[in-house]
Amino acid sequence: MALSREQLAQRVAAELRDGYYVNLGIGIPTLVANYIPKNIEVMLQSENGLLGMGPFPLDEEVDADLINAGKQTVTAVTGAAYFSSAESFAMIRGAHVDLTVLGAFEIDQKGSIASWMIPGKLVKGMGGAMDLVAGTDNIVVTMTHASKTGQSKLLEACTLPLTGVNCIRKVVTDLAYLEIHDGAFHLIERAPGVSIEEIKEKTAGRLVVDGDVPEMKLA
Amino acid sequence: MSGFNKVVGSYEEALAGLEDGMTIMVGGFGLCGIPEGLIEQVKDMGTSGLTCISNNAGIDGFALGKWLEGRQIKTMIGSYVGENALFEKLFISGEMEVILTPQGTLAEKIRAGGAGIPAFYTATGYGTDVAKGKDTREFNGRNYVLEESLTADYALVKAWKADTMGNLVYRMTTQNFNPMMATAGRITVAEVEEIVEPGELDPEHIHTPGIYVQRLIKGTFEKRIEQRTVRSA
Repeated sequence: MALSREQLAQRVAAELRDGYYVNLGIGIPTLVANYIPKNIEVMLQSENGLLGMGPFPLDEEVDADLINAGKQTVTAVTGAAYFSSAESFAMIRGAHVDLTVLGAFEIDQKGSIASWMIPGKLVKGMGGAMDLVAGTDNIVVTMTHASKTGQSKLLEACTLPLTGVNCIRKVVTDLAYLEIHDGAFHLIERAPGVSIEEIKEKTAGRLVVDGDVPEMKLA
Repeated sequence: MSGFNKVVGSYEEALAGLEDGMTIMVGGFGLCGIPEGLIEQVKDMGTSGLTCISNNAGIDGFALGKWLEGRQIKTMIGSYVGENALFEKLFISGEMEVILTPQGTLAEKIRAGGAGIPAFYTATGYGTDVAKGKDTREFNGRNYVLEESLTADYALVKAWKADTMGNLVYRMTTQNFNPMMATAGRITVAEVEEIVEPGELDPEHIHTPGIYVQRLIKGTFEKRIEQRTVRSA
């Protein structure tokens, strides 16, 4: 069975470590905040100028002056800090953020990522994604393995305008956890009940499968 | 206006001298921390051919979305189009020139502009469309793109509190692009929620020193929320 959005977030959360400063992108990455292991502490960075993002506010706590990078109303945890966008991206570009989680349209076997526009069709803008992939070594991309029509999103070379080149090392899809190095996707874990054959079939880029591939453990 | 008193009496006075074809920076992230009254005034003035520098362009029918409706912007420099349908339409049709700029690069271009630095190198965007036509250089085995800084004829910013001398304090995440833009405007106009007498703000807590602010006006703010997300108790 392919992972649900919640299960994807749950698997990504296993990459969190005690004391990490973490930036979570819009969409599935945001859900990771719901699965932070109980025995560790992390501080969430939101690139609009908040370190120490808390959960959504109670109805009576809503404050228009306090939002996250997805423009959602949020709260700030004890020990939080507010700052400007220049300060925020100094943290990001200066490699002070320990882990970045973001979505993508396409990833390729060299670790390049496309996530901000589909020419002639859709323009979202890159927002902070180009700075995030340039600034953090530890990046997890989370996405579906293939499009709704079955087209692989794990390619030999990205076809859409790039967000960054040779910068992605870890990918969690609804079918698998893969690492990227030496010009190939390396299959590390399978989603529970998903066969190696199915992953092979839906990976257009070079895929390396080494022996038995264990199933993911979802806590 | 005399001496260090930056307070003006009306929005007309706040934006006096703004002309067609000028470059204008507008602070805010989404609808958070935007100078609402100043944006409305530019809409009413009908100033056109503007180069607008702002992270976003408001939403359909509100904030900078109104400048889009009036076709007042010739060139938009920002990082995110997002869910703004008119912005996307004007961009894809080519009716408005759009220079999409990575958010951190945009923030740093404005910071550098205000600090008198003409350009800087960043790894952001190397190997992507953003780097096309720009100089690149290798430092310590890594490739960087030369990005030129930005300044503006007018910078419109929003702060929480000010004293009459133009010292500014921002609240929560309304800071975003406002402090850098305040430094990068030839004329910086700050619209604030409260104006107090000099001495009432703690000098240790000033975010934007008054030297950057030429005009100051007390506004009223709707503070519309783009995505109201709540949890239940």
